[in-house]
Amino acid sequence: MSQPKKIWTPLTDEVIEDLRVGDRVLLSGVVYTARDAAHKRMLEEYEKTGKLPFDIKGQVIYYVGPTPAKPGQVIGSAGPTTAYRMDKYTPKLHQLGLKATIGKGWRGKEVKEALKKYKAVYFAAYGGTAALLSKHIVGVEIVAYEDLGPEAIRKLVFQDFPVVVANDIYGGDIFEEGQKKYRKLVV
Amino acid sequence: MREVHVNEIKEAVKKLVMDTEYYLPEDFVSALKQAVNKEESEVGKEILQTIIKNAEVAASEKVAYCQDTGYPVFFVDIGQDVHITGGDITQAINEAVSQATKEGYLRASLAYDPIFSRQNTGDNTPALIYYNIVPGDKIKIMFAAKGGGSENQSKQAMLKPADGLEGVKKFVLQTIANAGPNACPPFTVGVGIGGTFDYSAVLAKKALFRKIGERHPDPRIAELEEQLLEDANKLGVGPLGFGGTITAVDVKIEIAPCHIASLPVAVNIQCHAARHKEVEI
Repeated sequence: MSQPKKIWTPLTDEVIEDLRVGDRVLLSGVVYTARDAAHKRMLEEYEKTGKLPFDIKGQVIYYVGPTPAKPGQVIGSAGPTTAYRMDKYTPKLHQLGLKATIGKGWRGKEVKEALKKYKAVYFAAYGGTAALLSKHIVGVEIVAYEDLGPEAIRKLVFQDFPVVVANDIYGGDIFEEGQKKYRKLVV
Repeated sequence: MREVHVNEIKEAVKKLVMDTEYYLPEDFVSALKQAVNKEESEVGKEILQTIIKNAEVAASEKVAYCQDTGYPVFFVDIGQDVHITGGDITQAINEAVSQATKEGYLRASLAYDPIFSRQNTGDNTPALIYYNIVPGDKIKIMFAAKGGGSENQSKQAMLKPADGLEGVKKFVLQTIANAGPNACPPFTVGVGIGGTFDYSAVLAKKALFRKIGERHPDPRIAELEEQLLEDANKLGVGPLGFGGTITAVDVKIEIAPCHIASLPVAVNIQCHAARHKEVEI
């Protein structure tokens, strides 16, 4: 297993160019949360006003809807949700400057193309390991759509949040490559 | 006739819901520990160990194992010699879910209407409750916190009787392969064969409550469970879909009689947040 790369947000083209599928990354700095409902509203608003609720240039979106924090916690359990549900919205956000998304599971063809075109990556976090991942989140603040509850847009601060590069700008896919090695049965 | 007050049911359900969210079933955790040794991929082993550690942290800190604290699904077997007093059992269960959500710091994960507003109900109600009348004077309450990621990858098919055993196997394995990394393997796979369109899916969900490694009493079905498990682990999906030899820890099948024209099959995928528990009152 490779040594993890430590990187800080916001992300630049140089950082993205250096990332390859399978790289382990410890991510620190500001990251925004958004999932299904926030994406829908955010892009509907963009269509009308030409504005997003936060400056997206160089930023990272984490697909998560955390549990409420218990007293003494910064944030509740906060693992990734399945990324493909956001595929419809992701290419547009990359076009507007988004540099990375964090989720779990496969991305569609359009997203993979957008990663190449706009120099961005898709990170996978370990799905379902929410109690552990929340320990790498040291700050949280709701910045938009509070009425969406767990789906509100939150500004998080990461500290060495562990992710793996799942899709890079060179067309690699960690799930396809990983599964091919162990596939003994095709159905 | 035995009397049971709804408040007793409410308190039991509230505890049941919170405990289920914090503590993975022991049989599942020990299956994960065995899987670490069986997994051939180094990354897969590391993921399984991370999952086990997550279970330990959730249990020791009493926090939700997964941020998706799931759709509350209940199977309630009510003994016909029980008289429920003091109110409405459905209301009591929903109040328990609502209180467990707030006091247990669970995420509100239900949208009130599926198409239009998709407004969050705020407290994980209304729960889905299947009631069944059974002999005896007990109430058995089985609860599952069903996550959306794995539920989204579940499928149902109305096969033709001519598709037979091979058709069933192919459909189950294709569903597992397609679920892949999206549904957080290693899976427990619940399969319902027979019944009607809707009942096959209920059977598939109910199958998930059986203990890991507990085989169906019909030896032909038991053999099919084992064969499907072996084949599932040849698909290469591996822990969290990063590739490997442990895609599922078990396949559990329930069957029911069906129409002479039909062969319904439902596959309910359960992620590694295999949260289910039961209580008897």
